Parts: sequence; C-alpha cells; structure tokens
Amino acid sequence: MSAAPNREALAAYALGLGDDALILAQRLGEWVSRAPQLEEDVALANIALDLLGQARTLLAYAGAVEGAGRDEDDLAYLRDDRDFRNVQLVEIQNGDFAVTIARQLVFSAYQYELYTALESSRDATLAGLAGKAVKEVAYHRDHATQWTLRLGDGTELSRARMQAGFDLVWPYTEELFDPVDPGADMRGVVVDPAPLRPAWSRYVISVLTEATLNVPELRWRSRGGRDGMHTEHLGHLLAEMQHLHRSHPGVTW
Amino acid sequence: MSEQPGGSKRDWPLWEVFVRARRGLAHQHVGSLHAPDAAMALRNARDVYTRRGEGVSIWVVPSAAIVASSPDEKDPFFDPAQDKVYRHPTFYHVPEGAKHL
Repeated sequence: MSAAPNREALAAYALGLGDDALILAQRLGEWVSRAPQLEEDVALANIALDLLGQARTLLAYAGAVEGAGRDEDDLAYLRDDRDFRNVQLVEIQNGDFAVTIARQLVFSAYQYELYTALESSRDATLAGLAGKAVKEVAYHRDHATQWTLRLGDGTELSRARMQAGFDLVWPYTEELFDPVDPGADMRGVVVDPAPLRPAWSRYVISVLTEATLNVPELRWRSRGGRDGMHTEHLGHLLAEMQHLHRSHPGVTW
Repeated sequence: MSEQPGGSKRDWPLWEVFVRARRGLAHQHVGSLHAPDAAMALRNARDVYTRRGEGVSIWVVPSAAIVASSPDEKDPFFDPAQDKVYRHPTFYHVPEGAKHL
C-alpha cells in the first residue's frame, strides 16, 4: 500500500480545487438579475450554487486536514488574494454572455475530466465529492455546449462575439493543465491534470468545430494562480465577496 | 424560429412544461417558459421547474401546438354533462368485503 498522504500537500490540493469552485461561483452569481433571459438567470444561478456546494465541501476539508482550526468561512472570507490558489481562468471578468459561456465551456470540460479521474482517489472525501460533482459538471458542460453551438453557428453578430469570447479565455486554459507532482505519498490521492489534456482538447475542439468557430491561437498564457499570483480582478471580486463578513465578523442571518 | 439579428425575447417561442414527479404518476402541467428551441426548452425547464428535485421526467410542448377549448364553447361543451347523474357509477352497492375495486 502507498504511504499516508502528506497533510500539508493534501490541504493545499483541496484548497486549490475549492478556490476554483468558489471564485467561479461568485463570478456567475454576478449574472443574477442581469442575464439575457429569466430562464438563463436561473440556469446560471443553479450552476453557481452547484459550484458553491463543491467549494464548501473542499474548503471545509482543506481546513480539517490542515488542522489549524480554520473552517470553510475562515478560508473563504479571511484570506487575501495572494493566499487564494485558484487558476486565473475563474477570476477573469464575466464580459458579455459569450465570454461567460466560453469560460464555462473550457472550465466545465476541464472539471469533468478532473472529477472523473478523482472518483478513483484513495482519499474517501475527495472521491465522494468527485462522484457527486461529476454529474453536476456534466450538466454545466452541456449547458455551455448548447449555447456555444447556437451562438457560434448563429447570426454573424453572435458568431463574432462567441469567437471573441473564446479568443479571450484561451490564454487562461494552459494553466489548467500545469503538472502537479506532490510526491510519491500523494499518488492515487490527487490527480495530476496534465494527462487530462487530450480528452479535454477533443471535447472542446469538437464543440468549437461544430459551432463553426476557430480554435484560437495561443499568443500568451497565464500562470501562477496555484501559487497565489492573480490578475487585478481577483482583489475586486474578494472585496465584494468578503466585505460583509469582515465588517461584521461572525454575522449570521 | 426567428433568424433576425438582434433578436429579443419576443422572438423566442413559449413552451408549456409538464413534469412527472415520480415513476407511476402522470406528467402534470407546471407552467411555461421561453426558449429558442426544443433542446433549450428542456434544459430551461430542468433549471426552472426541477431544481429542488421535483421530477424524474420532463415534457416540453410548444404552446402554439396546444389546441384549447374556448370559453365561448363552455356551455355546449360542458353543460350537458351537468345533469346526467346516471353517468356516475353511484346506482349500485359495493358488496361487503370487496376491497380492491
């Protein structure tokens, strides 16, 4: 049998996945009352709430494994931007609806492959979370796919904006697959995302092709989200997300 | 479906949504929504009407495809049924001990 996982590395891993879900949930929540249709408002809010549920499980687990007495709220509300471990893709601004859909397609396709692999983790909490979340994410991916097909293969205007959406998010996709090597004791516990890339590419490129869109060229790439390096947009997002908790510590309603 | 650029909600047709709460029950009408096509109508129905676990199956039907009786025809349609008590199975006694009628 493999060795017991290193607690520090396990906590950091759960925190990274939890932060991805938390920050994207917050971003999607910004659409509430602003979506193009009432029906779409509810759809985006549902996706945000699925992600928030994943974030709560992952952050609570990260806090428990860390063993320093921090709970999910401490981790969500009392860290500064440099302590967040999410990939930069999830923190970029919503842009127009096409940017949001492009971001959701590439991220959900990534999460789908990630959670599918994580279902076989030796860690029961991570495997359990992944087994439940993969069904949610399959729907998120389908929702973004349906919109990509309709807007890409739609009118001249919708196609141009959908293409612009993918052009904007594409540089942030490389970071999703940066290799993770937490050491021998973590093998079979965490998922190295690098080998997930071919399946992700196959799915995303097939959707882009069917939607008559071009696969964007990579002119630059983001890096460093997992090390606490973020865009200027994360600070603004955190200010809005955290201000109530920080102004009124421990407030409930 | 309209192909006009700059389309608005007015271009999206209305759909009636029917949800089956669990196996063995019939689908019931739960409301309506707007969607650009059938596939999106089904997804919107899932998000709007089953997000608290209300259903195991959804039907969506274009509202335009529903043929409804008109209020003007209320009397010819329904009035003749009001005084035909003999159409109700109330003129015989259920034998004692018959539990599964």
